[in-house]
Amino acid sequence: MPTPIALIDCNNYYVSCERAFDSRLVGVPVIVLSNNDGCAVARSAEAKALGIKMGEPVHLIRDKIERHGIRVLSSNYTLYGDMQRRVVASIESFARDFEIYSIDETFVDLAGFEDRDLVAHVRAMRDQVLRWTTIPTCVGLGPTKTLAKLGNAAAKKNPLFDSVADLRDETVRTWVLDRFAVGDVWGVGGATAAKLAALGIHTAGQLRDMPMKQARAMGTVVLERLVAELRGVPSGVVETIEPQRKGMAVTRSFGTPVNDIATLMGAVTQYAMRAGEKLRCHGLVAARLTVFFHTNRFKPDRPQYSASRMMALHPMTNDSFELIAAARRGVEHGWRDGYAITKAGIMLDDLVAAELRPQTLFEGDTAKRDRLMVALDNVNGRFGRFAAVPAIQGFKREWKMRAEMKSPAWTTRIEDVPWVRA
Amino acid sequence: MTALLLHDLPFEIIPLDARLLLCSTPAGFPSPAADDIEEPIDLGTWLIEQPAASYVMRVDGHSMSGAGINDGDLIVVSRAKKPRAGHIVVALVHGDRTLKRLKRAGDRLWLIAEAEGYEAIIVDENVEIWGVVVGLARRY
Repeated sequence: MPTPIALIDCNNYYVSCERAFDSRLVGVPVIVLSNNDGCAVARSAEAKALGIKMGEPVHLIRDKIERHGIRVLSSNYTLYGDMQRRVVASIESFARDFEIYSIDETFVDLAGFEDRDLVAHVRAMRDQVLRWTTIPTCVGLGPTKTLAKLGNAAAKKNPLFDSVADLRDETVRTWVLDRFAVGDVWGVGGATAAKLAALGIHTAGQLRDMPMKQARAMGTVVLERLVAELRGVPSGVVETIEPQRKGMAVTRSFGTPVNDIATLMGAVTQYAMRAGEKLRCHGLVAARLTVFFHTNRFKPDRPQYSASRMMALHPMTNDSFELIAAARRGVEHGWRDGYAITKAGIMLDDLVAAELRPQTLFEGDTAKRDRLMVALDNVNGRFGRFAAVPAIQGFKREWKMRAEMKSPAWTTRIEDVPWVRA
Repeated sequence: MTALLLHDLPFEIIPLDARLLLCSTPAGFPSPAADDIEEPIDLGTWLIEQPAASYVMRVDGHSMSGAGINDGDLIVVSRAKKPRAGHIVVALVHGDRTLKRLKRAGDRLWLIAEAEGYEAIIVDENVEIWGVVVGLARRY
């Protein structure tokens, strides 16, 4: 029996963060806009009910906003990043290990807790997140990450589950898989979904029953692994799926624990280099970079520490120098002396195609920088990875992005903390 | 031309700030204090024991001056501590944040001010206890 995995996912995360400190936003339709106030990237349940779609450009829904009194907010990533840190800390005592998958999703490894009532266990975890942060969540439980993710989607969609779906249960699993569109399965793209439909495979249940050989013959190793995961056999498929829009990550465990900031800086610099390469290779730019590092969770007798800092990238970029500068600022903010760090990584979020990147004022000549990056990739391609690396970093560029309806940094800035009437 | 291949080198030596230049290298007798150096006092970590569940807020008004909490003070509010009668709490009353003492009278809970001229508020379905005050900070 494989180790049970849970996926805990925050409901309407950005909106929930905003509601934590502004009760006028509770019970009314709310949307949060992307960088530069372009499109709706988060919607409250009330806004979804009004038919507002994910990613819808705000200028197309002006009418609806006025007619229904929809509250519109700029994104406040300072707040969302701090609340994520709190959500993760609330989860910490419920598992020996976990993996932050995106700003609002965390995989929880429940190894060692198998003899407990795991549904009660994850409900207690969910309650703790709600109590500490006010953020409501849904949890999917399963023998593999793919099934945990499917369970999470089911828990979110169907109120019968009361926010927790346990796909370790054969009956529940079959019921959910038979009602789950194959195109909505994580990692199944539009083209694959069309090919599967031609074979009469429309649901996740039918995909599970597809012969392995046939899945492999369709050309992707991902599909074959997905079939295995749907059958309850972990195959590491999550690690192989490059999340398209959500983000990408470069993380590593250290052979020997790192005790000083200089070594950690060196490691994180390398990850940022690699992440920049990956972005350029896919023709993407990122809006946010998160750097995290922590001590060995399997040695609870040693001093424990974990840090995670999110940095905004203005303008959106795939420039290794910018990524490195952001990553290093994050390490500087999060570092505490006296801990043996065993794992570190960086994550990039909010990726868009480089040519669709919103332009900012005062951007200067990026063409030169682009040519430099091409040269850098060529050198590293020819002489081996990290043949050429930046020797120093030292630019700080803080351009204000458009964010006209942004809430205060409620939890991180002393002049912004909420008032309480006495 | 000299080319330096860095890819075999451990990352310890890849781009670092030149901070070391700022350190003095005493050649003589080592400082007798070297082993006794401690971090400076950090009031933040002392005041905020559970950062994940604690929120800082600023007080607006005088209704809790009897409890030693003044207009403009910063308070630390914990959502991990279970609210009990006797605690000073932040409550949402019809959605508005308010700072009061939670008290039991008969079989009901009340929000009570600690100054003259404020009415007691009964804890009913319009009231949500948001958190418990666990710290206070003030500068003069």
